[in-house]
Amino acid sequence: MKIFGYKPTLSAWVGIFIVTFFLVLAIFAPWIAPYGEAETVGRTFGRSSAEFWLGNDNIGRDILSRIIYGARTTIGVALVTTILSFTIGTIAGLMAVVGGPVIDQILSRFVDIMLSIPLLVFALIVLSMFGSSIPTLIMTIAILDSTRVFRLARAVSMNIAVLEYVEVAKLRGEGLWWVMRKEILPNALPPMISEFGLRFCFNFLFVAGLSFLGLGIQPPLADWGGMVRDSGKAISFGLPAPLWPAMAIALMTIGVNLIVDWILSINARPSGASAEM
Amino acid sequence: MFRLLITRVVLGLLTLFAISILIFAATEMLPGDVASAVLGQGATPETLAAFRLELGLDRPAYIRYLEWFTGVLQGDLGVSLTNKRDILESIAPRFGNTMFLAGFAALIAVPVSVGLGILAAINEGKWIDRVANIVSLATISVPEFFIAYVLILYFAVKHRWFPSLATVFPDMAFSTKLYVTALPAITLTLLVTAHMLRMTRSSVLAIMSQPYIEMAFLKGLPRARVIMRHALPNAAAPIIAVIALNLAYLIVGVVVIEVVFVYPGMGQYMVDGVTKRDLPVVQACGLVFASAFIILNTIADILGILVNPRLRKRNTGH
Repeated sequence: MKIFGYKPTLSAWVGIFIVTFFLVLAIFAPWIAPYGEAETVGRTFGRSSAEFWLGNDNIGRDILSRIIYGARTTIGVALVTTILSFTIGTIAGLMAVVGGPVIDQILSRFVDIMLSIPLLVFALIVLSMFGSSIPTLIMTIAILDSTRVFRLARAVSMNIAVLEYVEVAKLRGEGLWWVMRKEILPNALPPMISEFGLRFCFNFLFVAGLSFLGLGIQPPLADWGGMVRDSGKAISFGLPAPLWPAMAIALMTIGVNLIVDWILSINARPSGASAEM
Repeated sequence: MFRLLITRVVLGLLTLFAISILIFAATEMLPGDVASAVLGQGATPETLAAFRLELGLDRPAYIRYLEWFTGVLQGDLGVSLTNKRDILESIAPRFGNTMFLAGFAALIAVPVSVGLGILAAINEGKWIDRVANIVSLATISVPEFFIAYVLILYFAVKHRWFPSLATVFPDMAFSTKLYVTALPAITLTLLVTAHMLRMTRSSVLAIMSQPYIEMAFLKGLPRARVIMRHALPNAAAPIIAVIALNLAYLIVGVVVIEVVFVYPGMGQYMVDGVTKRDLPVVQACGLVFASAFIILNTIADILGILVNPRLRKRNTGH
């Protein structure tokens, strides 16, 4: 079987399988999950049984059902964040290239400062002021993450902007927006796609980490990072309760990484537009 | 080279200054103001007004920034909003704890990862390289708390070799402290080792494709010798940069680990501050974390300049 004209490698297939599996869980959660998202159905930290496959959490909710519902929130939030961060970062990156040296300098220096301190510290400061609702969470991470996207978008389009056809379009009298959208963006896309996967992984782990700290997605919504936090205490009784959601996070990241590796290996071929990246 | 070093230090200081503005300005971005954000919807106008006065919000922002910044320079980080304690007094022991944990992890991680990275590069493509590759890729992809809980389950619950909570006291014996913090330190080590190993390996391999390395091979030198004598001195700068970057990461990455192991460090203090929306605490912690990060990065650049033989030569008038 081929995807976009390329034959996936074995590890790519594993990645595609994992990601599709979680996406199906996320989309069809209410139909797949045996119990409700916030329903107390069993004993506190009940062991896994035929009734509750993965056991119960700190207030007796079914862990399996919460993992299935959690796929929605965790993957959804990370996905929306990444899309938003790419939109902001790519537009800013293209602006820096097409808009002339002044805009470039302003944007680049600002991003340099933002990059000089760790994201988590920034995110914590912002969240302490705005509180953590899902929209703030998405906006905060998206804006912070877009600085990373900006770097790449700028570097890639820098290489493209000096090519003849861009020059021709400018001489033809095309507007700034047109040149960005029609000449540079399509050619900058291949390296940006694999970056999208990597940024998704990063945002995904970041959201999960924040939720684990109790500062991300708030209960009663199920989300994998928060679930690890809820069941954390169970580990001292030798119960694997917090490991299941943590494992889901790990699997998802590994899956996306496997796909990204495959896309990168396609792009690395001489015919790829991103050979110099 | 001297000029290069001075530029780097000045640049570091400027960044720190810019960061302090950014951290302070973040509180000014709020749609209302800090007082209404912290007190929430239920606050009466009187309490709001009193709280504003307490925070000094009746004065313009730049004056408050200057006061805050000069205060920080004199070692005054302000007082916590929730318990009115002096922040510096609360931070100092926690900062010590965090540095202890990060230092402990670094002492294991740096030699192990650089050693394994070089070993992987020497044996490129052989089984040791592959194993290192797969294991490090796996540790990078999983969340910190996953590794932490797996270690707790195995070493603290199943085998009871180490305690699952890293509770430390100021007057604890050094050896007990090492024992108690062993699990968080191992978790952190695993996290940064993977990054450092991969980057060490790739920077050694990047050097290996240079013509002078080929020359060394053509002279008939064994691979190990070429790497140790020819490649490593040139790979030192990127490796040092990687180490410093990861040490910086250690200090921040410690946040999640501290929460898992209930370790009384800076990270927990900051997370507590965020939960209670204690802005002065969050700002102070943010500034300390950012400074540590910037200082380590600056040191990395400086060491990189000092170690690089080409940059050294520029000084002797070549």
